[in-house]
Amino acid sequence: MRSAMAGDDAAYHRLLKAVTPVLRAAARRGLARAGQPPDQAEDIVQEILLAVHLKRHTWDSEAPFAPWLFAIARNKLIDTLRRRGRRIFVNIDDFAETLPGEVAEETASAAEVATQLGALPQRQRDVLQSIAVESASIRDTAAKYSMSEGAVRVALHRGLAALTAKLRNN
Amino acid sequence: MDTDQLIRTLAADNAHRAPRVGATLTMALLVAAPLSILIFATFLGVRPDVMSAMHNPFFDMKFAVTLSLAIPAIIVSLHLSRPEALMRGWGWLLLLPIGLLAVAIGGEAMMAPAMPMTMRMVGRNSRVCLLAIPAMSLPLLAGALVGLRHGAPSNPALAGALAGLVSAGLAATLYASHCTDDSPLFVATWYTLATALVAAIGALVGSKVLRY
Repeated sequence: MRSAMAGDDAAYHRLLKAVTPVLRAAARRGLARAGQPPDQAEDIVQEILLAVHLKRHTWDSEAPFAPWLFAIARNKLIDTLRRRGRRIFVNIDDFAETLPGEVAEETASAAEVATQLGALPQRQRDVLQSIAVESASIRDTAAKYSMSEGAVRVALHRGLAALTAKLRNN
Repeated sequence: MDTDQLIRTLAADNAHRAPRVGATLTMALLVAAPLSILIFATFLGVRPDVMSAMHNPFFDMKFAVTLSLAIPAIIVSLHLSRPEALMRGWGWLLLLPIGLLAVAIGGEAMMAPAMPMTMRMVGRNSRVCLLAIPAMSLPLLAGALVGLRHGAPSNPALAGALAGLVSAGLAATLYASHCTDDSPLFVATWYTLATALVAAIGALVGSKVLRY
């Protein structure tokens, strides 16, 4: 994380990749302990990763990394369970017979980010889509949409922040 | 979007550098302060006998109390803006103004009273105090909340209450220069009530806006 914060993008990529299985296991365990099916684990993992990314300036480089990471993971897990609790309140299964098509979406894994992506402003969506799904570089994306690289970076960051806000308020 | 794609996207955004929470909180408070000072200058103003009042230790004590609330509250709120931070070991900082007040009340009790105790406590400005401190707090509270939104507090309501303490401490510092009631009993009663009100508003709003 220290080299990532110093600007080493590859180190940052490696770090996120390395913590993801740990986060996934923690999310599954948390869901299981709350008596929930594990189908939302990947959504939680993605929310944790977004929060880690957007709040990494709150990590003190002198402090150990693991407690910071797991505090964020715990926060996101609790958040999701709370939201789920609210959803159970208006139990979708009660409508299962009348709305057979709608129920499947609830169980699709890691669908939340993709769903909210569609609600972003056009420019942010284009940039995120290009970098995430088509794995284009910032330079290629800039060329494709005839934007400056700076503008792509701004749209990318704003898009990630907006995505996180949408997931939180969903 | 699968998780590998998301990770690649986050890594591509690594160049984005966010300022520390301390910097955003300072900026937000500096932007909000002129509004509170404007309220102060328009409706209150410094008391006319301020030069002679400065020789009264109980007048000076008011600033010691309000600043000993505001400054530790800033320190603790910045500490709590980290996701893994606990209140343990930091809460005593918030007891400083209470300790100072207790000492001042004791000091006043040992002196020959100029006025009966109930009069010193009720004072002449209790209603203005209860109105002015929250009113001047509101811009600062909004600023503190905006600044702290940049952090990642594990308990948003607690962080919001601390934002309330920060803003009430600063607003009370302004108000102390207007108010002619210098008795620590007055401060302990009305300043505390006003501060509690602002902290409650902060907790309520914070629980909504400080989630990350």
